[in-house]
Amino acid sequence: MEFEIFGNKDTRSGFGEGLAELGQTHPNVVALCADLTGSLKMDAFQKANPDRFFQTGIAEANMIGLAAGMTIGGKIPFTGTFANFSTGRVYDQIRQSVAYSKKNVKICASHAGLTLGEDGATHQVLEDIGMMRMLPNMTVIVPADFNQTKQATIAIADHEGPVYLRFGRPVMPIFVKPDAKFVIGKADVLTEGTDVTIIACGHMVWKSIEALKALHEIGISAELINMHTIKPLDEEAILKSVAKTGCVVTAEEHMMNGGLGEAVSQVLSRKNPVPQEYVAVNDSFGESGTPMELMTKYHIDTPDVVEAVKRAISRKTILI
Amino acid sequence: MENKELVRIASQVRRDIVRMVSAVNSGHPGGSLGCTDFLTYLYFEQMKHNAASFSMDGKNEDLFFLSNGHISPVWYSVLARAGYFPVSELGTFRKLSTRLQGHPSTDKGLPGIRMASGSLGQGLSVGVGAAQVKKLNNDPSIVYTLHGDGELQEGQIWEAAMYAAANKVDNIIATIDDNGRQIDGDIDQVLSLGDLGQKWQAFGWEVLRMNGHDFDSIRTTMQAAKALTGKGKPIVIIMKTEMGQGVDYMMGSHKWHGVAPNAEQLEAALQQLEETLGDY
Repeated sequence: MEFEIFGNKDTRSGFGEGLAELGQTHPNVVALCADLTGSLKMDAFQKANPDRFFQTGIAEANMIGLAAGMTIGGKIPFTGTFANFSTGRVYDQIRQSVAYSKKNVKICASHAGLTLGEDGATHQVLEDIGMMRMLPNMTVIVPADFNQTKQATIAIADHEGPVYLRFGRPVMPIFVKPDAKFVIGKADVLTEGTDVTIIACGHMVWKSIEALKALHEIGISAELINMHTIKPLDEEAILKSVAKTGCVVTAEEHMMNGGLGEAVSQVLSRKNPVPQEYVAVNDSFGESGTPMELMTKYHIDTPDVVEAVKRAISRKTILI
Repeated sequence: MENKELVRIASQVRRDIVRMVSAVNSGHPGGSLGCTDFLTYLYFEQMKHNAASFSMDGKNEDLFFLSNGHISPVWYSVLARAGYFPVSELGTFRKLSTRLQGHPSTDKGLPGIRMASGSLGQGLSVGVGAAQVKKLNNDPSIVYTLHGDGELQEGQIWEAAMYAAANKVDNIIATIDDNGRQIDGDIDQVLSLGDLGQKWQAFGWEVLRMNGHDFDSIRTTMQAAKALTGKGKPIVIIMKTEMGQGVDYMMGSHKWHGVAPNAEQLEAALQQLEETLGDY
């Protein structure tokens, strides 16, 4: 299971490059940012398209309302701020003016999860996937690396309807091919295996790739699925894989409550109940630290994936 | 349009409002009756709009956003009377599967509505965004919004106010329904807005005032507001109204903000409101 690595970059830069490309290809794309243009890597779009860039200042509620209004007249607004301020801070604005009103707004959320790092828990949102997937009409996407974030950014412009796009800050290896096509709602099966299905999103896809080597060494054949779209969830990919492996590990940089794991368990409990283990933050806020220290402390690191796999497989054996 | 014709339409709209809310024993008659004359004027004289073929994008049309969505009865009645959908549909207000939801929504596809509202404070942002897109599209039309005075207690209104002035969004005319009342009582007792005119001025808006129950005042002010568009500043009109206007027992109190009249009270209200265009 050799993965070709195409360098190391942050996913937010993938968003920035995708948005800049949309600036050239999609004249109806407009962008709004609440005083975090540099952090969101929106500078290139802003520079090339000053008339289509709207600086809202530190006023996220207004930004979401503006974006909803801008869809009337045919624009495709992309809003940019940190994930915490893209969701919890503006949940009611998104709920009424975007989701319920079915407006074609793309909510682009950076610095998601623990890997925001040193800023601490006020800025590390771990509840956003849950909040957003609860909203009717909302599509929720968590791309895995720089290339995929760029591809997803471009893909959502051609998707009619509200989208939540979640990405982050740390520099991580790039393993998605630069020319891959991003299909909303269609999971990527990265490795085929027979003992366990690992379903991961965001940075945890790379952590799961790292885990594959250790698993291989102890004779475990893992099927790794990059579930970049949390909603609509690719149920077919889950069920097809689980029919073969008989157990699941979900891995996400998010609270256990409400996230990818819970979405997967909803499918399994109805269609094919099998043992499932969660790699996720367990009902806790984060804290200051380096991204990798935090992933270790909060048990969303490579060894945690390996241990979860062992637990899942052992439960499968007991059940049989 | 002559004032007497506007008065005739407004009388019918007021009948529609009290009949709609009474039929389902819910809804908000007070603010609806208070904004009847304004919305009648807006749709029957001021705005350039296409009732016969509604489009969500509304290109080259004036747009209206109701930010204080709870006064949906007056908006629904005016939209129906202006030709957006059959008047008979007013009888479905707040009933299961209706397009006339308790608060306005786009969800069921009612022509004339471009944004859900009800959770307060969001409509000014939406209107400003739509106004900026009109500029991008070289569309000279105007965006109108209506807000309750109590609604101005929401912080998002002031975010939008600051933004619109800073960005010279001068193709929006916001109107405030200054009836001085909210659910819990008089605004001055719940949470005073202070000097509203000075607040808007300080935020960089042109401020006009009008009497929301005098069509001459409304016409003069709305024409003045339109003449002020395109001059670098957003425009707000502080419109003095009486909650419950036109129904004597509803006036002078906040009590009828969100209470529907019973059968007897409805009859008393209808005695005061001439049927001019035919009840739905």
